[in-house]
Amino acid sequence: MRMQSRIAYAFLAPYLLIFATFWLWPIISSFLISFQNTRVNPWRFAPSMNWGRLVGDPAFYNALYNTLIILVIQVPVMIALATVMAVLLNSPLLKARPLYRFAFFAPVVVGEVAYAAVFRLMFSADFGIINKIIGTVGLAPVSWFDNGTAAMALVIMAVTWRWAGYNAIIILAGLQSIPGDVYEAATLDRVGKVQQFFHITLPLLKPIILFCIVLSVIGTMQLFAEPFLITNRGGPGGATETLGLLLYRQGFTSLNFGYASAIAYTIAALAVAISLLNLFFGREAK
Amino acid sequence: MRSKSRSLLMRRLVLHAALTPLAIIWLFPLWMMLVFSTMSDYGIFSPDIVLVPSTQFIENFQNLQADTDFLRAMFISITVAVIYTILSVMLTSMAGWALARYRFAGRSVVIAIILGTITLPFAVVVIPQFIMVAREFRLANTWVALIVPPLFNSLGVLFMRQAFSMMPSELFDAARVEGVKEWRIFLHIALPLARPTMAALSIILFLASWNNYLWPLLINSKPGMMTAPVALGTLIGLTKVSWGGIMAGAVLLTAPILFVFIFLQRHFISGITAGAVK
Repeated sequence: MRMQSRIAYAFLAPYLLIFATFWLWPIISSFLISFQNTRVNPWRFAPSMNWGRLVGDPAFYNALYNTLIILVIQVPVMIALATVMAVLLNSPLLKARPLYRFAFFAPVVVGEVAYAAVFRLMFSADFGIINKIIGTVGLAPVSWFDNGTAAMALVIMAVTWRWAGYNAIIILAGLQSIPGDVYEAATLDRVGKVQQFFHITLPLLKPIILFCIVLSVIGTMQLFAEPFLITNRGGPGGATETLGLLLYRQGFTSLNFGYASAIAYTIAALAVAISLLNLFFGREAK
Repeated sequence: MRSKSRSLLMRRLVLHAALTPLAIIWLFPLWMMLVFSTMSDYGIFSPDIVLVPSTQFIENFQNLQADTDFLRAMFISITVAVIYTILSVMLTSMAGWALARYRFAGRSVVIAIILGTITLPFAVVVIPQFIMVAREFRLANTWVALIVPPLFNSLGVLFMRQAFSMMPSELFDAARVEGVKEWRIFLHIALPLARPTMAALSIILFLASWNNYLWPLLINSKPGMMTAPVALGTLIGLTKVSWGGIMAGAVLLTAPILFVFIFLQRHFISGITAGAVK
């Protein structure tokens, strides 16, 4: 046993070293920094300064509100869409399956900057292809970057485009693990396809869908690149500023590490709380 | 029989009628990325709807290179991604091997760390990690800063652990009886057997490094040390900049990965589902 321990830790050593240096210590240090005044040199212990500011900061509530709006609208829409994609891709009747798979899964490998750039150009108010297409059916162009609601819709569309396929991959793997004879039996009993979906597929997929939701919640809580790049630093006027962007601004534009750390812990706490809530309700509903 | 085959045909039609528009919408941004990258800035800003590629890609790339040293940034991105992938596969294989094959004190603590950090938002770590690397180690704008901190990867360890624990233990016990050292068993017996898993993991790790944006943006912001996504990101939002050039850069970032994705889709997918289905 002792011999085994030595060998095991020899194999684990480099990994644990990186964990201790770049994760464990930062997590602890982040907590300590959140209780310090980092706007003086040297930093001073000021327990209520950052957390006190957080509770009364309108910028924080704005970012929290925006993040929750994205969470409440984008996550359910995307998961529903991903489920539809997965179910349809899984159909034995589908022709040219590789082509469809490519269409939905390709965004998964596209980097944030590359896709942000193309979305920004496509949705440009004056010369963007989307407004040109909207114009051909006689509708007025939308000012995607100057109208807060439109900007928010744009962020939601972009994130959905990027991540729906990712979730579809996971859900599809779940679908393929459902044994086929379940459906055969249902078909023999003359249960319709739609009924099969709601009474067999969905209940069996529930743990996987919950997993996708939890992943999406964590992702949304720290959403950064899309509002940073597509809607130009959370514009217009903070209408798409997310918690992730607020953290970036406080930490790396204002260099106020103490306040940024308090925001970081709030993000983590919210992500954990919402994920747990999801899992809890997921269990209850059955 | 006839009506049954007709309803089957009907169902097939409905299926494709639902999926095709969705697929076109999904491919549209990627297609437009390609189209924009081949159009002149004048063409991009004209009121016409252009849906087919033009011929200006090289000119656009030259404009991009004039706006930022994109070739240098690509070189940094590729080098970082290759070194990161090799190191990370090594680290995660070793850790996965230890967790799969040995019973030791503190094993459950290590497993708890791995499971706990998988779902921990990077946001919690990013500020102190930045303070540590930039201020205490003074490593901002270095190769080490780009490669080493992201090496901690819990999903990779789980992935490798699963591969190693599925191997029959007789394989290793026979070697032990012969007196083969543990690290040799790992290196010469276990690793070659885990090659398919390592391949899948490598693809996912390479992709993660290639596309990584937030950390390189924070830690390497000096022009000569920016990765390609960071360099491209600095141009987005500038007023006097070539959009055709930005799109050429976006294509250069995306096309190689998409190309690999087409051929190695299975590996990508097993990498993505590894964390989920288990």
